[in-house]
Amino acid sequence: MKLETQLSPSPWRAAWRRMMSSWLTVGALVFLACLIFACGMAETISPHQPNAQDLELKASGPSAAHWMGTDPLGRDIATRILYGGRVSLLVGALATSVAVLIGVSYGLLAGLAGPRTDAAMMRVVDILYAFPFMTFVIILTVVIGREFWLLFIAIGAVEWLTMARVVRGQVLGLKNQEFVTAARAYGARGGRILLRHMLPNVVGPVIVYASLTVPGVMLLEATLSFLGLGIQPPDASWGVLIRDGADNMETSPWMLFFPSLFFSSTLFALNAVGDGLRDALDPKSFQEAGD
Amino acid sequence: MLRFIISRVLQGIVVIFAVIVITFLLLKLSPGGPFNKEREMQPHVREMLEAYYGLDQPWYVQLWRQVKGYATFHFPPSLKMPGRGVDEIIAQGFPVSAAIGLPALLIALGIGVPLGAIAALNPRSIEDRTSMVLATLGLCMPSLVLGPLIAMIFGMKLRWFNVSGWYDSTDWVLPATTLGIIYSAYIARLTRGGLRETLAQEFIRTARAKGASEGAVVFVHAFKMACLPVLNFLGPAAAGLLTGSLVTETVFQIPGLGQHFVSAAVNRDDNLAMATAAFYAALIVGFNLLVDIIQAALNPKIGFKG
Amino acid sequence: MTGRFRIISLVLACAGLMWFHQMRQQRPTRVQTAKQTRTLILGNGSEPETLDPHLATGQPEHHVFGALFEGLVAPLPGNPDANGPGAAASWEHSPDFVTWTFHLQPNGKWSDGTPVTARDFAYSYERELTPALASDYASMLYPLLNAEAFNKGEMTDFSKVGVRVIDDHTLQLTLKGPTPFLPSILKHYTWFPVPRQAIERHGKMTDRDTRWTRPGSLVGNGPFQLKDWHFTHSITVERNPHYWDAAAVRLREIVFLPIQNAGTEDRAFNDGQVHLTSTIPLDKTPVYREKRAAEYHEDPLLSVYFYRCNVTQKPFDDKRVRKALALAVDRESLIRNVLRAGQKPALGFTPPGCGEGYETPSVLKFDPTEARRLLAEAGFPGGAGFPKFEILINSSEAHRTIAEAVMAMWQEHLNLPVTVLNQDWSVYLKSQRDLEFTVCRAGWVGDFLDPVTFLSIWQKGDGNNNTGWHQSRYDELLAASSIEADAAKRMAILREAELLLLDELPILPIYWYVHSYMLDPSVKGWKPSLLEHRCYKALDLVPSS
Repeated sequence: MKLETQLSPSPWRAAWRRMMSSWLTVGALVFLACLIFACGMAETISPHQPNAQDLELKASGPSAAHWMGTDPLGRDIATRILYGGRVSLLVGALATSVAVLIGVSYGLLAGLAGPRTDAAMMRVVDILYAFPFMTFVIILTVVIGREFWLLFIAIGAVEWLTMARVVRGQVLGLKNQEFVTAARAYGARGGRILLRHMLPNVVGPVIVYASLTVPGVMLLEATLSFLGLGIQPPDASWGVLIRDGADNMETSPWMLFFPSLFFSSTLFALNAVGDGLRDALDPKSFQEAGD
Repeated sequence: MLRFIISRVLQGIVVIFAVIVITFLLLKLSPGGPFNKEREMQPHVREMLEAYYGLDQPWYVQLWRQVKGYATFHFPPSLKMPGRGVDEIIAQGFPVSAAIGLPALLIALGIGVPLGAIAALNPRSIEDRTSMVLATLGLCMPSLVLGPLIAMIFGMKLRWFNVSGWYDSTDWVLPATTLGIIYSAYIARLTRGGLRETLAQEFIRTARAKGASEGAVVFVHAFKMACLPVLNFLGPAAAGLLTGSLVTETVFQIPGLGQHFVSAAVNRDDNLAMATAAFYAALIVGFNLLVDIIQAALNPKIGFKG
Repeated sequence: MTGRFRIISLVLACAGLMWFHQMRQQRPTRVQTAKQTRTLILGNGSEPETLDPHLATGQPEHHVFGALFEGLVAPLPGNPDANGPGAAASWEHSPDFVTWTFHLQPNGKWSDGTPVTARDFAYSYERELTPALASDYASMLYPLLNAEAFNKGEMTDFSKVGVRVIDDHTLQLTLKGPTPFLPSILKHYTWFPVPRQAIERHGKMTDRDTRWTRPGSLVGNGPFQLKDWHFTHSITVERNPHYWDAAAVRLREIVFLPIQNAGTEDRAFNDGQVHLTSTIPLDKTPVYREKRAAEYHEDPLLSVYFYRCNVTQKPFDDKRVRKALALAVDRESLIRNVLRAGQKPALGFTPPGCGEGYETPSVLKFDPTEARRLLAEAGFPGGAGFPKFEILINSSEAHRTIAEAVMAMWQEHLNLPVTVLNQDWSVYLKSQRDLEFTVCRAGWVGDFLDPVTFLSIWQKGDGNNNTGWHQSRYDELLAASSIEADAAKRMAILREAELLLLDELPILPIYWYVHSYMLDPSVKGWKPSLLEHRCYKALDLVPSS
């Protein structure tokens, strides 16, 4: 791996060890792994179809046949949570990737370009920051239509702004450091400097930031679902299930409780992993490990 | 400093107009229009309406009119609510949203900062874990769930406050609490992160070594620095809070501004949608400038860089 | 801090909380206070876009106009759908229902004290029909002779339109054809008079953007007058002392609240903030229906929920396919299990009671066997080879749930590859208009009590047809009905037209609406209405025992 050619392997291993020493982080990782497995294997695990209706059943509480109850159309909540988890986790992962991809390349370019281009590129970010998010997303759905991938674009398009700022800051800091200046002096070209020297050094902050973006993105997906802008029916995401649950809160509390339970424990686990990563990859901890 | 402020204000104006232009173009690109209704309008009526509001002009003429209108403070009328200018609609909703947003901001800071500080000062302790679990719960709690819950407990069951409406002097309490709790979660996390990073830094160690009391270290030295990430978040957060939240306004029946952000875009009241976007942009620009000035005052190293 | 201090402060805090709790719990609800002041507070759905009867198009406006204005004909206190005296004390018509003469109330006055005259009505109709105002619902006045030509700008002389001022208190309307149901049409707000004196104080007759509809400026001729309009929060109206029947008005004030969210409105009702809700959350309906019968109301409405088929698309051009879809919808089960508010299964298109002497043909039923047979006959045995299609809906919880249920029925009974497509309101409308859909959700609300308000939209070229379907025989029948002066014969022609429509089925009727809402038992004189007409002057508040 390129990473290892740039950095001595020991700090990475130390970071890994540090991360694994926190029971919270390990627990969170195990939980996430189980969750992803369960959502991925939903067909085998659940005896029900996510969209199979049983109108006569209506909304009924948890029972032996339906562990987490059913919704007003008689659909099994547990199964819908598993299938909905796929959507939510996928949105979280993909939208974050979009944000990382755009944000990192934009930030790198801005950081490496001359001060004028940099200033212009940052003004664009400022303008986008000043946009009311809801108006933007609603207009976007109207322009493009309710495509599923739009969700990633819309969310990614908002989340990359902060990422770009973080990366640009990092690059500006690195630009004048010795090893980059040295590479320049040896006649390395821009592209090469970018790939070999800059990228690996922004990886740490990017990973940390990305792990914190995933929960944010999942929350956004939920917010959009409240407005009916997310996934198309009859499929559901956790956001859709929670919205349905909120509508039926007083008469069928299980419709709110179980999806919320899954959603909040996942967010909690993701936050815990993010915190663990941050602690482990903290540059200062690197230095301490090197001491 | 004056130069810095002037240059930032000028930049801000450019940003606001850019937002107006982009919103206009996006709206023109989207299918449908303000005069589509479930009951089909007669074609000649539609033509007359479009002529009345100048929508029959080429797009660049319309855009120029909008820009000129905003530049000269002659704001366009709402397309959906005859007899109301967009400025009047915003002027009516903003004070209400602000009357909820300001206390919400104070509640968020009042809960978030102590929670984050406790967590940061006792890393990996039970206090740290508990406050972060609380903060995560707050993060996960969509206002659509929290709002009705709060309304049911404090409005319906205990009858402390009206479940909804905007008649009594106490009607801000429940919506402001809802918003405050949600924002406090972010603030707690940011405070914890900022404070922990600062506490590990050189000058704190020096201060400690010099024998400064722990309280002095935390409150005089560390806190100033730790404020930075929170401050950065507060700029956009304040703009968001002051322009209201659709969900909270719907749940508590508040005549604020938040509803217009969504309804204008959904109902294609293009003039109102542009106005809300411009107003939001103006707030963001204003608050970011404020944040920058406070930051510079807190940390002379950052200074006033254009 | 000593332990004792801590304990004392804790006790004090608890005591303070208890005191606060007691104080707040004792406060009277708004509904209790309102009984003393005779103020009716009601949920009104959403914020009225305008209070100008010529520019409004929605239901919330309709409810407010019922208090502020009054047409020639007004709802009767005992039955709001019946036609009672309004601004006109009496009227008579020619035997062929073409010429109508109205005698205005001799003491009819605007809320500023000036008399309401026949000239005010002529002015209002001219304003409504003048093209420059671009009134969306001007077509409601098209039964008037030459009104359509004037509104479309083909004729510029208003004196040619069938409105004649005979004297201050006599108005004569000449129609373009026999219209026995004219009194019912006159109750629609597009026919309400508007005050010339107020409108022209703020601008020209045809100005859309003036402030004449604001408190202090708005002048009406209804039982109530505008007191306050707190935008997106409330509209308050108070007794109009100049109203011709002011002695009959019992309430002092009415407050209209634009509560959009059903859950919020439900909490407001249970918290004693409103006397009347505009709707009930879907999940609460069955509970209230069973347990709170004293407050729960369920009134049939003159509206139908249906699906449009795009007949220009294969295989939906085949009426056997459309019939199969219609027969495979189990309406009873949908209503019993999903809608749960006592809606009526739509076995025809026009809702029951939509015209005196008209009986809706009930030809649709749930018959999956016949549906499968028809589908096989059309070339898709067992659904094999049927192209994928979508049910288009606009984003809304209720539409989504219904579409998902219908989708499941078509999948189960016909094995069709169908999904649901959700679009934003404005895009959905555009798709519908441009025939960019296969099956799409729709609703239609009647404006007056006559089947024509439902049947006319399926004529060729009607702006609301949106199915691509038309048939010359159908158009002929409707044309014949518009010149038939004999009421019974007219109804027979319309029934034949509806039977034809139900045989061709460019639309799949699903259910007829009911309006379910909660009403505080202290409100007296409330009557159901198919058209949601309200006779506010007949309402009163009495403390329930």
